[in-house]
Amino acid sequence: MPRIVFVEPSGEIREVDAPIGISVMEAAKQRGVAGIVAQCGGACACATCHVYVDAAWVAKLPPAEDMEQGMLESAWEPRSNSRLSCQITVTAKLDGLRVSVPAQQG
Amino acid sequence: MIIGAGQAGAQAVDTLRREGYTGRLVLIGAETELPYQRPPLSKKYLAGELAEERLWFRHQAFYEEHHTELRLGVRASRLDTASRRVLLEDGAELPYDRLLLCLGASSRRMTCPGADHVGVHYLRDLGDAQRLRAEIRPGAKLVIVGGGYIGLETAATCRHLGCEVTVLEMGDRLMARVVAPSVSQFFAEQHAAHGIRVICDARVAALEGDTRVRRVLCADGSVHEADFVVVGIGALATSALAQAAGLACDNGIVVDEFCRTSDAAIFAAGDCTNHPSPHYGRRVRLESVDNAFEQAKTAAQNMLGRGVIHDRIPWFWSDQLDNKLLIVGLAQGHDRIVLRGEPASRSFSVCYLADRELLAVEAINHSKDYMAARKLIAERAKMDLNKLADPSVPLKEAV
Repeated sequence: MPRIVFVEPSGEIREVDAPIGISVMEAAKQRGVAGIVAQCGGACACATCHVYVDAAWVAKLPPAEDMEQGMLESAWEPRSNSRLSCQITVTAKLDGLRVSVPAQQG
Repeated sequence: MIIGAGQAGAQAVDTLRREGYTGRLVLIGAETELPYQRPPLSKKYLAGELAEERLWFRHQAFYEEHHTELRLGVRASRLDTASRRVLLEDGAELPYDRLLLCLGASSRRMTCPGADHVGVHYLRDLGDAQRLRAEIRPGAKLVIVGGGYIGLETAATCRHLGCEVTVLEMGDRLMARVVAPSVSQFFAEQHAAHGIRVICDARVAALEGDTRVRRVLCADGSVHEADFVVVGIGALATSALAQAAGLACDNGIVVDEFCRTSDAAIFAAGDCTNHPSPHYGRRVRLESVDNAFEQAKTAAQNMLGRGVIHDRIPWFWSDQLDNKLLIVGLAQGHDRIVLRGEPASRSFSVCYLADRELLAVEAINHSKDYMAARKLIAERAKMDLNKLADPSVPLKEAV
């Protein structure tokens, strides 16, 4: 099972084994990773599952679609490596993916 | 103690423990499932694209790790506020120091002749969705009563799965209670383009059948053949338990800005509450994920004596066909509506203003305007009408 590494806002590191096919957001929620709110449950409607993707991984992810891009523009402190974790599907290639959770959502 | 294991109940568990509460915590739920998300029930879950465990907010291990006693599949039958006890229908009596009511809402029922036929469905909980799913097959005739969120999302999903779908709406346009006429028009066209029959001004007079429902009769004499029927005509706050206990209720359980009921030891959150909106300066009852989530969070904090005020700009979403409708704010009291962009482009938004202050925005396939509006509404931004009507000017700069 691919392992996703979350850096919580406090700096604490949480490693979560995530089944292939679910989203990175769902993996975080199941284990209660701090700072991933994900109110809408993955509908790309709330921008409360915002993460910063580790530089080494940015190019390995499929690019964000327009809806996600539009959400991210007004998310809390967006950066060039910002993504909505509900829009990233766990695959075998993402084993070791590292993302940081911002201090705030929404 | 928390009664109601939906969005609000599950969130309250999370917040209580995160905020450092270490005492006994009991979550009581009428359904047997772990707390789960309802929005996918009319969308991906209904379409068979989402396994049941992906509906859960948290896995069982979360509740164990957070020392939460789950009492699922049992209803609370009575509150004794004098002795601070909850009586369950299985005979158990549980004491509480602080109680949170997350009772939700229930589907408004049809009352016309034949409304209790087999094959007439509502869509509120997982059991409803499972029963409905068993009826869906290519070519099956589905008549939907009610052109609101539930009716239209269900229409879209069932059409995608090959059903012949007719939507009967009582009013003169779709989602009339929640969106502008131009948005109703857009969705009517989208549904029609996908082969869904949308009929407005349709008053259902009776459901006819034999062992099960076979047709829907309208007051104008029209008849619609049906293999099954879905009724989505709104929801009512669930407040009987609170009412019987003598708590103030009026279109929901009346709470203050701290989510406290008329009994100081009892709080309430989510669809079941009638609560003040400080931003809009009036009382509201909202049926939304955001409201359930945020009120539960606030209520949980206040159960621990934090003194937090619930003051949110509400937001809502709906997925229909391949369109995403995003709504932020409450439009009531507006004196002007401004359209941004062309509905024909399938990406546009509708802004509601009162004396140029932005009150609400409906964004169709337009997440930028939606996100910008969340901030502008909270800031009570006064908009520049010329810039606002020009979709090439970003909304956040149209002030």
